Amino acid sequence: MTEVLQKLWDVRVFLAAVVLFAVGFVTLLLHRNLMKKIIGLNIMDTAAYLLLTALGFIEGRLSPIVLGENTDPLLYVNPLPAGLVLTGIVVSVSVTAVLLALTVRLYKRYHTLDLDVIYATAMKEHGVN
Amino acid sequence: MAFSVNFPLFSIVLCFMSAVLAALISGRAARAVTLALCALTAAGALILMFFGIRTGAATEYLMGHFPRPWGNELRFGILEPLLVLLFSLVMLLTLLGGRKQLELDLEKSKSNLYYMMCDLVLASLIALSYTNDIFTGYVFLEICTIAACGLLMIRQIGRTTLAATRYMIFSLIGSGLFLLGIVFLYAVTGQLLMPDLKAAIVSLWANGSYRTVLITGISLVSIGLAVKSGLFPFHFWMPDTYGYATPSSGGILSGLVSKGYIFLLIKLVLSVFTEDVFYKSGLSNVLYVLGAAGIIVGSIGALMEKDVFRMVAYSSAAQIGYIFMGIGISPDLGMLAAVFHIMTHALTKPMLFLASAQLSQAAGGKKRENWLGAAHFNRAAGAAFGFGTLSMIGIPLTMGFVSKYRFALAAFEKSELIVPTLVVLAASTILNAMYFIRVLVVLYSSPAEDKPRVRIRDQIPFAVSAALLILMNLAAGTAAKPLVGLISRGLGLM
Amino acid sequence: MKNGKKRSIKAFLRDWDAGRFDLDAAAAEPYSAAPEGESAEGTATPEESLPRRDVKAYRAVYPLLAAMLGAIMIVFLFLAVLDLPAFGKAGNPSENEVVRRYVESGLSETGAVNIVSGVILDYRAFDTLGESHVLFTGLAAVLILLLELDGKKEEPDLGLIRMKADSILGTAARLLIPIIVLFGIYVILNGHLGPGGGFSGGAIIGAGLILYAEAFGYEGLERFLNFRSFRIICLAALWFYSISKCYSFFCGANGLHTVFTTGTPGRILSAGLILPLNIAVGVVVACTMYGLYSLFQRGRI
Repeated sequence: MTEVLQKLWDVRVFLAAVVLFAVGFVTLLLHRNLMKKIIGLNIMDTAAYLLLTALGFIEGRLSPIVLGENTDPLLYVNPLPAGLVLTGIVVSVSVTAVLLALTVRLYKRYHTLDLDVIYATAMKEHGVN
Repeated sequence: MAFSVNFPLFSIVLCFMSAVLAALISGRAARAVTLALCALTAAGALILMFFGIRTGAATEYLMGHFPRPWGNELRFGILEPLLVLLFSLVMLLTLLGGRKQLELDLEKSKSNLYYMMCDLVLASLIALSYTNDIFTGYVFLEICTIAACGLLMIRQIGRTTLAATRYMIFSLIGSGLFLLGIVFLYAVTGQLLMPDLKAAIVSLWANGSYRTVLITGISLVSIGLAVKSGLFPFHFWMPDTYGYATPSSGGILSGLVSKGYIFLLIKLVLSVFTEDVFYKSGLSNVLYVLGAAGIIVGSIGALMEKDVFRMVAYSSAAQIGYIFMGIGISPDLGMLAAVFHIMTHALTKPMLFLASAQLSQAAGGKKRENWLGAAHFNRAAGAAFGFGTLSMIGIPLTMGFVSKYRFALAAFEKSELIVPTLVVLAASTILNAMYFIRVLVVLYSSPAEDKPRVRIRDQIPFAVSAALLILMNLAAGTAAKPLVGLISRGLGLM
Repeated sequence: MKNGKKRSIKAFLRDWDAGRFDLDAAAAEPYSAAPEGESAEGTATPEESLPRRDVKAYRAVYPLLAAMLGAIMIVFLFLAVLDLPAFGKAGNPSENEVVRRYVESGLSETGAVNIVSGVILDYRAFDTLGESHVLFTGLAAVLILLLELDGKKEEPDLGLIRMKADSILGTAARLLIPIIVLFGIYVILNGHLGPGGGFSGGAIIGAGLILYAEAFGYEGLERFLNFRSFRIICLAALWFYSISKCYSFFCGANGLHTVFTTGTPGRILSAGLILPLNIAVGVVVACTMYGLYSLFQRGRI
């Protein structure tokens, strides 16, 4: 029992990250409301970044900004995940902007954020076409 | 080192620069820049391919001063330039052939933005083909997604905005899974460059450590790419997306963008996941089953459609199924068939979309019943559509026949896959023939009323691009041997 | 009574879920080519507007499928996570020769005190080249969707309250904006020396520009940041980025030396290309943030 708990404790942050990822994924898939889908997407992306950042972290080490001339690798945490997360954040900002712009367009035209209603209306509208 | 190895870098940077420039210039100028860019990258890729054939080895190209595993890298042998050549040529011809429709569909003041998105799609396709770094793959995957979405929504009717939203959502689910997969792989290997990642995976797999993480990471990456390229059961967005976009966009999206994702997957399977891990862990079987199901479901979907554009789009879902089925069969012959089918589909589908656009303009509607005798009003488009359908069905002398033959050949390698593969191939050929020939019959039956006739001289860009696409298809279909040899050499270098 | 109350909450939730909260009466008017004969009320009731059988079937099956998919994924992820090396302990697999060289030689090879800057702008600069173009792509896509030409709509139509005349905001903005912009410039210029860089600094400056536009209106900004100059600035920054990085990649791949030197680490003018690239990135990010805000609010830049 204690072993299992110890194991769970060892991976606590990773566990939180995948639970968040699953929350985001299911929100993105299941919710019909576009805004919630976008929020789900952001939760999902952020969870992946959390996992990535947590992988690079080592307790007791400093952020990778060189102090003086001391370049001992045992002094600093892994700088690579930070760089990757930076890239990822920029990507998700642009993606969110595009999705929000699409939402604005859809709302202006169909006056709802419910994707199914929008779909049904669009079917009716273009049924003849 | 020959100077030609710098061409990939130059073509990516040139694409980026012309994309940024396109924001400032008029639509006409942006169009000229984009067409020139496509021609230029095609020429560069051709030279690079001959360089690869002559040296017979893959080149690793440093992006900066640091070798792997520290710096980014590109890697190219024969297959990568061949695919870039295909992508840029098809994009050139698609933009050329869809000119009339583009002029109708684009808002004049925003047409430069359309060509900007084309440049960005081309940049990301080139980068996806050449990259030797899995995280670079992720970044360019996202550029490709956003730019492809831009190509879709440029035609601003409600339906396309909706289609773009759904496309975007599915694509983002795919990239989320892809990213999480990369993170898992990075967690246990600490590598991002493909050769080093491969070495780490091989040694971990031999030790038997971290197997669950490896399997999860690899499946997340594969499934992410499969979702993005529209494998069954994630193909719902396809008919809307391709069916309502302006025809050039439909062609580029179905013929090129999804192929870029698939090619990244092929690259990862061959040069990262390795045969041991990917094929012996059963992941390939999942792709095989989903691919085979996708073929049948896509074909039945196409059979039920009345709207010709949506029918052609549904047929894309089936073609994606073929490619994944090939990947699932085996890493040598199956992969060869898959790559060959990528080429078949990339050369055929854009032409079908363009021809459908011309025909529905001549016939005055997108539904099948509108098309009664439409081929008599627009002979060139009718011929292009007819040829495209024959190639899709797999009539001998076309590329479609060669790729189906290759799939069957690949299946004979594995005794347990022979029967299911042949059954799927036969069923899909019959279904293909049913829905395509039905349209052909309508197209060539005698028209009920007389409509104005569209001659070739009224549609020279379309005729030229369709003729070139048909010629390439026929050339590769009748003399498939050199191309197959080239692909198999290229696969060997990966 | 209780039942009625419950139902009204349910109805409320449904309305909320359907997004039927018109912030402004103006937004309820059909957009340019809205379907004829369908008022806002007519389109918004889910039960009425779902006549098609396949949509209904899709709605019944889809959640089940999605939930199943989610459940399978959670199980897999859970198993995988249990297999991961422990959190926060030294000696995990990602602590390998890659990281060692980044930390040990990053300072001497790139000249950047901030190793993350060195990694993203020198070791793995191609990713970052792609990354800044992702931002640009996103902006262009929003431009396609929201740009309204010929001044079709002058006023924002999403019911946002304009605070132009608010004196509290004005005074606070007058005090804050110089500090914000200055801080952003500091963060950009300090990117190779400490925490910071083009992305974060650019976002800060972008926030300053947005605050200015909110407090004093766009007219003041438009004197130097109209659509044309906006595009020229983006072009200059991104072209500088592409060309300089292309030169650097070209030299690196062909074994040539670049003209950029690492200089003395710790000086402001050091670390070769990293400082100019940070500035270029900062300009792009600031422009993009402001551009996105302006596009969302009023449909033009």
